[in-house]
Amino acid sequence: MHPAIQGLLTIAIGVSACVGYFYLSNQFLDKVLFPPRGPNAGRNINRANMIRPWLFLFPALAALGLYLAYPVVETLRLSLTERVPGGGYEWVGLDNYAQMVAEPKFWEAMRNNMLWLIVVPALSTAFGLLVAQLTDRIRWGNIAKSLIFMPMAISFVGASVIWKLVYDTRPIEQDQIGMLNALYIFFGGTEPQTWLTIPFWNNFFLMIVLIWIQTGFAMVILSAALRGIPEETVEAAILDGASPFQIFFKIKVPQIKTTILVVWTTITIVVLKVFDIVFAMTNGQWETQVLANYMFDKLFRANDWGVGSASAMVIMLLVTPILVWNVRNARKEME
Amino acid sequence: MSEIAGTRPALRWAVHASVLFLVVLWVVPTLGLFISSFRTADQIATSGWWRAIFPSEQNLTLRSAAPDTQVQENGLYVIEGNLFDAGTKARISKWGISSREIDAFEPGQTAELRKGGTITVQANGDYRMENTEEFTGSRGTRVFVTAELPPEFTLDNYHKVLLAEDSTDSMAKAFFNTLTVTIPATIIPILVAAFAAYALAWMDFPGRALLIAAVVGLLVVPLQLALIPLLKFHLNIGIGKGYLGVWLAHTGFGMPLAIYLLRNYMAGLPRDLIENARVDGATEFQIFTKLILPLSFPALASFAIFQFLWTWNDLLVAKVFLIDASGETTVMTNSIVELLGTRGGNWEILATAAFVSIAVPLVVFFAMQKYLVRGLLAGSVK
Repeated sequence: MHPAIQGLLTIAIGVSACVGYFYLSNQFLDKVLFPPRGPNAGRNINRANMIRPWLFLFPALAALGLYLAYPVVETLRLSLTERVPGGGYEWVGLDNYAQMVAEPKFWEAMRNNMLWLIVVPALSTAFGLLVAQLTDRIRWGNIAKSLIFMPMAISFVGASVIWKLVYDTRPIEQDQIGMLNALYIFFGGTEPQTWLTIPFWNNFFLMIVLIWIQTGFAMVILSAALRGIPEETVEAAILDGASPFQIFFKIKVPQIKTTILVVWTTITIVVLKVFDIVFAMTNGQWETQVLANYMFDKLFRANDWGVGSASAMVIMLLVTPILVWNVRNARKEME
Repeated sequence: MSEIAGTRPALRWAVHASVLFLVVLWVVPTLGLFISSFRTADQIATSGWWRAIFPSEQNLTLRSAAPDTQVQENGLYVIEGNLFDAGTKARISKWGISSREIDAFEPGQTAELRKGGTITVQANGDYRMENTEEFTGSRGTRVFVTAELPPEFTLDNYHKVLLAEDSTDSMAKAFFNTLTVTIPATIIPILVAAFAAYALAWMDFPGRALLIAAVVGLLVVPLQLALIPLLKFHLNIGIGKGYLGVWLAHTGFGMPLAIYLLRNYMAGLPRDLIENARVDGATEFQIFTKLILPLSFPALASFAIFQFLWTWNDLLVAKVFLIDASGETTVMTNSIVELLGTRGGNWEILATAAFVSIAVPLVVFFAMQKYLVRGLLAGSVK
């Protein structure tokens, strides 16, 4: 069967199965199990209403449990076991973790991930804030914002191709076709550089790609926050003779502090999971390894599920503080 | 800042200039790829894409017409014609007849041919070969020119990438595969999540707050953790690698955001509306389908765009749950990564393939930007 037809069929089956499930289960509850009639009508209504939320929730909870909650536990278990040739698993305690921390590649990935964690959220948020502020009241601000927001729609892989062209290198006697080298030569560079193979600094050339993508996100959120600042506070500052920079840093930024934090943490999560960019541009060569790509390497190339799962748990561990912070915020908000 | 900038023209100009600078910085990389996708392999390899918009000077090796086209004029054998293809408007600045001296002559000068006779080449490419004896051989003589060529763009790359029947370059299959992954993986989670979001927003039951907190927590769980356990699970229950697996995976991974966005939106709907409907005897199912779903359209659209962009642009989930050894089910992101590996130098194919994959999300993005922004704001501002 052609996959496209299969796809259409899946949509049809999936949608009708969903609707059918919700409709029929509700019908069953109301008509058969606890009909709101007869001597126990009142009790039945109450019981039906106790069960109904779970009917509505069941498919979503099943998906959440199976696809997100269960894997956390299972990955933890896998990270503590080793596959035995011929099938089955063997409990090895922390051996996988020990093996992992003995590998220089792992520490390289950790170091790079830390670099990413500092640089990308900071610069994306800073640029986002800058653009949000600058475009706030100029007439073509919306067009400018929309263009800077655009990379959000581009896949990490597409962005990697775009930037690989920017970083392209040709021998010195030829015309450079990569913009960065063309500019470098134009401003007096002697030798065209292969930017992605210069250890340490190549990390930053990879980070630029993600900053380029995430700035738009930061800008949209921060722009809305800036608009939400009460006019009076700004006007009062103007009357007091504050300079534009003072207004920005002393009046506006403090008022949107929480939003900046939210943007920062959201981008941090994206950074922790960054895989495609490194995979497509360098595949971790030339000392550009990051955790997510290291894990992918372990899982699918070295076929080492134990160490792979252990590195996945490291990512989970790094995410956990943000997870806790988010949950606490959400609970506070609901009270 | 601008309320003061109004009184300080210099500052206002600085604002405009810096915004312009940033916009250019952000757009130019994409523009480079876009322009490159309309150039031939030769053009891309020999000059930067920013030169494509201007005439470029190139060294070309061209050939005169073959001797069998010669005519006799006043006792001379003559071959006449133009070195360029019909329609090319180029200007020759230097030319030569030997590969060692490609710039030996100016336009209008006459050169002695090695095999006898002479050739005169004009700046526009017109040439005239004269000989007292008959020209021999089966092919015309080679002429090396240095010429200024007008900007030239071609749709050949797109033709090759989208329509080529045979080859490994073809993205047509990957395009449809991506579409096949994306559409069910966008629609089904919405439906499942909408019911759950309604229950979490408007039904009272013990444990509701806990569930909402759990959803917020799962929002940030890295899907890296899910790869091996779920692949194992899919293999065990017999789904294996394939569309069904990737649809299920995307449904699961999209669920926290879907529930979170939709619940927040639904919780903001007016309470009276729902309570009146309850008093009027509507069942919860009716309230949901007739009232809540239509009212929640903006939130549904927001999530649909997120999920569409995310599934269309995804590489990792497809690699793990969909693409098997046969490669029949490859998606566009994966094809592009493979192109990057095997044909790192073939920019014309790479640029075009990448642009084909980028085009659809860009259209969706510009058409539905309003909903995307709204969704982002609902999803992160606390």
